[in-house]
Amino acid sequence: MYQYSEQDHQLLLERVAQFRSQVERRLTGELSEEEFKHQRLRNGLYLQLNAYMLRVAIPYGLLSSDQMRTLAHIARKYDRGYGHFSTRQNIQYNWPKLEDVPDILDDLAKAEMHAIQTSGNCIRNTTSDPLAGVARDELEDPRPYCELIRQWSTFHPEFNFLPRKFKIAVSGATQDRAAVAVHDIGLRLVQNETGETGLEVYVGGGLGRTPMIGKVIRSYLPKEHMLTYLEAILRVYNQLGRRDNIYKARIKILVHETGEEKFRELVEAEWEKIKATGLHLRDEDFNWINGFFKDPEYENLPDRDNTFDHLLLTNADFARWVTKNIELHKQSGYRIVYLSLKTAHQPPGDVTADQMDAIADLADKYSLGQLRSTHRQNLVLSDVRLKDLPALWEDLKELDLATPNYNHLTDIISCPGLDYCALATARSIPISQAITQRFDDYDFINDLGDLSINISGCINACGHHHVANIGILGVNKKGVEVYQMTLGGSAREDAAIGKIIGPAFNSEEIIDAVGNVLSVYLENREDPGETFLMAYRRLGEAPFKERLYG
Amino acid sequence: MDSYIRDRKIEVDEWTPFTGLEDAASLPAGDIYVPLEDWLHAREMLLTRNSRLGVALRNTDDLALIRDDLERLDLIVLEFPKMADGRAFTQARLLRERYGFKGEIRATGDVLFDQLFYMQRCGINAFKLREDQELQKSLRAFDEMTVTYQPSSDEDLPIWRRQG
Repeated sequence: MYQYSEQDHQLLLERVAQFRSQVERRLTGELSEEEFKHQRLRNGLYLQLNAYMLRVAIPYGLLSSDQMRTLAHIARKYDRGYGHFSTRQNIQYNWPKLEDVPDILDDLAKAEMHAIQTSGNCIRNTTSDPLAGVARDELEDPRPYCELIRQWSTFHPEFNFLPRKFKIAVSGATQDRAAVAVHDIGLRLVQNETGETGLEVYVGGGLGRTPMIGKVIRSYLPKEHMLTYLEAILRVYNQLGRRDNIYKARIKILVHETGEEKFRELVEAEWEKIKATGLHLRDEDFNWINGFFKDPEYENLPDRDNTFDHLLLTNADFARWVTKNIELHKQSGYRIVYLSLKTAHQPPGDVTADQMDAIADLADKYSLGQLRSTHRQNLVLSDVRLKDLPALWEDLKELDLATPNYNHLTDIISCPGLDYCALATARSIPISQAITQRFDDYDFINDLGDLSINISGCINACGHHHVANIGILGVNKKGVEVYQMTLGGSAREDAAIGKIIGPAFNSEEIIDAVGNVLSVYLENREDPGETFLMAYRRLGEAPFKERLYG
Repeated sequence: MDSYIRDRKIEVDEWTPFTGLEDAASLPAGDIYVPLEDWLHAREMLLTRNSRLGVALRNTDDLALIRDDLERLDLIVLEFPKMADGRAFTQARLLRERYGFKGEIRATGDVLFDQLFYMQRCGINAFKLREDQELQKSLRAFDEMTVTYQPSSDEDLPIWRRQG
């Protein structure tokens, strides 16, 4: 992974000192809350319903075991013993005290971590494929590109007061595990006819009140131009993005109102003028950055193991876990393991400090000391030897991290909702837990196959409900929390925005409604190979609507 | 006269803003700056003045309208109507990097301690801070951060190209 230089360290130290002075100025009253807000928000610190919330950046979702231990230490020392992994691969603490935050940042800096630009109207942490570097369907590792974007965007002097927040995602594989089409800018690594790597550039995707799928404004951009092109897009946005209405300030509205063609012309015209500047990436720049992401020294191992095979045949629980939570690795004899953070006992994405420490130990023991966080709020051990899977499974079971549900019904994305969030209009965690408890039969979940349920507690859509196969949106209607259902969304390479199926349900009815929708699917699918999304696309909304409201 | 920060020093502001120009006689003596509308309206007359001249831009104004006059101008005043509105950061960079403007670029409006570092990096060298800001203290803002990653008006190369 990327190794901090002396200057990277220096930057973090300076930033901590700066933030410490901002907090002091706030506490003495020199800064008003309104002015301080701009500063704390550029450093991931939100004022929530009950307390401050601190969002710590995990650049492109990659963590060392020592960094995980630091996260555990922070949860224990400054918070209430847990943290929450978000859909953008970051981690959030829900209970820090304002006066402790500078010390938290100090502790983070020692582990080469920070909260820079994890909130505010600036370029946020760049997200990526949690299987970067190990996936079999990968064209090229996206992480070096992400790291270049991280450096380019960190304290970018021109783009630190944008019309609105700005999120970038990069994917290097055939399957899109980074949801590039619902980001302000999504980059997909592609090859041209002569086999050279470049980028397909999506602009103007996003969720929130006005969900939109990003438009491809360039189908092939030679990789050397990545940063100059990003700079051109951001410059057009900084000048022309709307600032009169917070709900129309994202770049998706600018692209929509300007028109895709005209927007492309504006970007290309600006880019022509800056493409030869210092941000132009040379071969030696790629060589330097790629050097940080070289393959580890994998052992030469067979892709079969007798103990593993034996357990697979004799232990149904193990077989379920392997079927659901293990993916093939590009290297023979290795596997990718999903650690499910979706159980009936903890809110989706939540991890206790003890679990974090134990996960760090498992990463050291089984996975070359690294782990990743995912868009669907789970964790990944990316380099586990096939022969170690039985032992790892035993360890994970003890930690309640072996629920076999990856990409299945109970692998629910949920925002924190009204239990924590000042913006929320309804609770979302209790709904996800009610669904998990209602549908706790493995065979049923297994039979349903690939399926996503996402829950948001308000129209800001942090739970990405628009792009779930089954989306649930909590709203407050005359003092009562009610839940709207959308069907047919997808955050993958076939990205789509789900459609509202009809009037909202109360908090009990919505659980039944999920059950009814699943029944319609099971009764109508052509065969088990037809996923929920495929069936919905074939059948249309009518049979679902009929069952729910008929 | 008012004080302000220029080139990291507290200086007396010798410029007089002037709006609503009607005839040459109505103009005060000394260095003046006028809004872009007045400049476009009375450009010929203003150019005959024996003083330094400046133009104040709104953050939505098109820089192309003064591109050909930059040689004769000594001051461009940029507007930060509120802290969150960062359009003038782009105007500043374009003035320096694209149009090669060498004179004073001054930030006005909601100009606060915590933006000075970014403004300076975008080529703004003069700062008319909001009234409640202490100038002496504000000088510290320029040195809070010393590490920069990306090119801007103060630096042609990204950090990875600076050594060796």
